[in-house]
Amino acid sequence: MLDKTLKQLSDGLAQGDFSSVELTTAYLDRIQQADSRYNAFVTVTGSQALDSARAADARRAKGDASALTGLPIAHKDIFCTAGVRTSCGSKMLDNFIAPYESTATARLADAGMVMLGKTNMDEFAMGSSTESSYYGATRNPWDLEAVPGGSSGGSAVAVAARMAPVALGTDTGGSIRQPAAFCGITGLKPTYGRVSRWGMIAYGSSLDQAGPMTQTAEDAALLLNSLAGFDPKDSTSMERPVEDFLANLNQPIKGLRIGLPKEYFGEGLDPGIRAAVMDAVKQFEAMGAVVKEISLPRTELSIPAYYIIAPAEASTNLSRSDGVRYGHRCDAPTDLADMYMRTRADGFGTEVKRRILVGTYALSAGYYDAYYRKAQQLRRLIKQDFQQALADVDVILGPTTPSPAWKIGAKSQDPVAMYLEDIYTLSVNLAGLPGLALPCGFQSGLPVGLQLIGNYFDEARLLNIGHQFQLATDWHTRKPNL
Amino acid sequence: MSLDRSQVENVARLARIKIDENEMADYVDSLSSILALVDQMQAIDTTDVEPLANPLDAAQRLRADVVTEANQRELLQANAPHAEKGLFLVPKVIE
Repeated sequence: MLDKTLKQLSDGLAQGDFSSVELTTAYLDRIQQADSRYNAFVTVTGSQALDSARAADARRAKGDASALTGLPIAHKDIFCTAGVRTSCGSKMLDNFIAPYESTATARLADAGMVMLGKTNMDEFAMGSSTESSYYGATRNPWDLEAVPGGSSGGSAVAVAARMAPVALGTDTGGSIRQPAAFCGITGLKPTYGRVSRWGMIAYGSSLDQAGPMTQTAEDAALLLNSLAGFDPKDSTSMERPVEDFLANLNQPIKGLRIGLPKEYFGEGLDPGIRAAVMDAVKQFEAMGAVVKEISLPRTELSIPAYYIIAPAEASTNLSRSDGVRYGHRCDAPTDLADMYMRTRADGFGTEVKRRILVGTYALSAGYYDAYYRKAQQLRRLIKQDFQQALADVDVILGPTTPSPAWKIGAKSQDPVAMYLEDIYTLSVNLAGLPGLALPCGFQSGLPVGLQLIGNYFDEARLLNIGHQFQLATDWHTRKPNL
Repeated sequence: MSLDRSQVENVARLARIKIDENEMADYVDSLSSILALVDQMQAIDTTDVEPLANPLDAAQRLRADVVTEANQRELLQANAPHAEKGLFLVPKVIE
């Protein structure tokens, strides 16, 4: 049962093969038996999950079940979940019980989904390895010595290690797509503004998006149907109708124009990853797609632009952690300034403090134009590169990451080395485009993911291409030794 | 560009983060290497390029200035490190 996709489980519940209580119990048992090896969960909400499962079974008995009613899910611990500790992987929020529910998780709960628990993450979503969590590193089920990627590493591992059929993640610079690639699962970052950010603890507010992490593109479509949509509570939520993302999954992709950016296949790309991605390209060609080389000339500049814009926004967002209204407060403050300074010194981990300091510097008097404004100008040029490329092709295809998962500890002391690993994912957030990571092979026993980048609000097409690829290949069905 | 110790101290003060003496050298080094990375930007001519703040160039939507939240003071203050009689308590600010 635990290897089934969300769609298969949905069908199983509809046919009465099992109940939500049985299904939920099976996942809770699996978490209890396995998660000591992976550390994917920060909080398991077992009794609440069983209550929700019973309610879902009752709803089904009354005949008003949706396609998602009774299906379990794990949420990254960045989503506020009412009455449940929401830590964001930080000591700062270790004792924070969210007083309200995020829109994304509320929509899934309204559809009848069952929350199994909250997953581990890099502290405040700042990282690419899920090592910076206050709750310790999460381990990659394909190699327990390797990182799962980040920052949504706990969600990726929960799905890859079959402790949840699907999970919710967030992506500010690759935090859904990169851990999906490292763990051999499917991950979708929707267009900026597609899914409400309300109740999602903010990192880089002009970059953050929530999205599904799943075994298949079809499952991502199923979840996006409930996740997407206008929310008046999020001032950047887009007012546009939500389509049925399942409707076009079965369209053939004959004639699809795919662009391969030459900058994504240059120096620094692991040869094994290149080979796996090029095999996938051949597969798409065999399915009738037309492939051509394109250029995204400002790709390298996405690293400096991102590592100014995201820290600048983070330094502003995290100023709310002041030890006054919620969260950590230092012991025995002597005065107000001492309280702020020591609360933030002990409440935040090293990487979070680094980014707050970089962001504060970039926004400070005399440096704003040279850093923040300059980064936003580059951001416009990066967006223009994509617009130019997407005038000529339907989608852009490349690797999700330059290398497979690295060993735990290998880059945690060298922030710049870690930042350079985000080269293929950052620009998508800077431009606000949707991106889909799909498993497409292995390098030295570790999963490899390709990335499809689409035009604004073109998630349905990305999911269609992903589904067609997964009908023709079986990489998405591979699982680690559990 | 590299930062010196006094610049890091100044930024830490602006950010209200205390940095212990034994961590200072690490912050000076790591912030300097991050700034060296981002300084690649300076080589690009961006004259006349309009900064992009919202990726969709969308303007911030406004809402009517009306009360939409119910009063949940007790629930919200349950998370406070120190609250009493409906007030958040902080160290004495004015002598």
